[in-house]
Amino acid sequence: MKRFTCGELVESITAYLDDALDPPDRAGFETHAACCDDCRRYVHQFRVTIRAVGDQPPEKLTDRTRERLMSAFKQRRQS
Amino acid sequence: MGSLAGSGLPPDDVVVSALRAGDEEMFATLLDTWARGMLRVARSYVSTDDSAEEVVQDTWLAVIGAIDGFEGRSSVKTWVYRILVNTAKKRSVRESRTLPWSAFERDAGPAVDPARFDGIDAALPASWKEAPAAWPTPEGQALAAEVRGLIGEALATLPPRQRIVITLRDVEGCTSEEVCEILEISAVNQRVLLHRARAAVRDLLESYFESVKQPE
Repeated sequence: MKRFTCGELVESITAYLDDALDPPDRAGFETHAACCDDCRRYVHQFRVTIRAVGDQPPEKLTDRTRERLMSAFKQRRQS
Repeated sequence: MGSLAGSGLPPDDVVVSALRAGDEEMFATLLDTWARGMLRVARSYVSTDDSAEEVVQDTWLAVIGAIDGFEGRSSVKTWVYRILVNTAKKRSVRESRTLPWSAFERDAGPAVDPARFDGIDAALPASWKEAPAAWPTPEGQALAAEVRGLIGEALATLPPRQRIVITLRDVEGCTSEEVCEILEISAVNQRVLLHRARAAVRDLLESYFESVKQPE
């Protein structure tokens, strides 16, 4: 099992969350996080950030573009 | 077909046959579902909102023309986004605004400032010098709206490649495989860009929460 420093752990969070660490690294990550309050807080804030990024407002095409595309789609069928 | 709002899209074979059969409702659903992601990716390549919208329009016109020949070697979403990226790249060359696709972007080195950790001579090397400050729970609607706006601004200031990757992964919910395929980058590269982008946005939230902290 790899021993993680705090500096190494914070650089591995995305790999950890994507399940891209090999088993010894994954175990090392979890062992360090289990006994390091600072890193646990950082990981928590990282997850909060990811959730917050996913909460962006919806966007729409302008009516003009949308209508233009809808009519191009309709015409395709007739051609 | 009933409303597709909120429930995600049907499987690709259903989408493709509907488009080929001229199902307007399906086409409209795709336009609306992917509008945000497509506009945001396009904006990372071109200089104005108007040209981003034109890139999205040209992409869909190309999709309309090519749907009969779609071979299903990738997902419909990946296929559409790849056309989008190619259209946007051509446009950015025309605008002489070529993305600093490798230059100017620091991909190497840590995403978190090394100054926040003790040096290698410390008793516990590379440990936090100071614990990251606790964040308030963004409870109030006003705070949540403010955080949302702040993140929108933060995303817009990221280097283009980081911005595209975090937009596709964390805003639009693409998988890492999809992002690699859309941008033709390696899994490792994708992860580095995503991690840097997330760490940068987290830092920004940290500064924001620090600035609004109630005096104790």
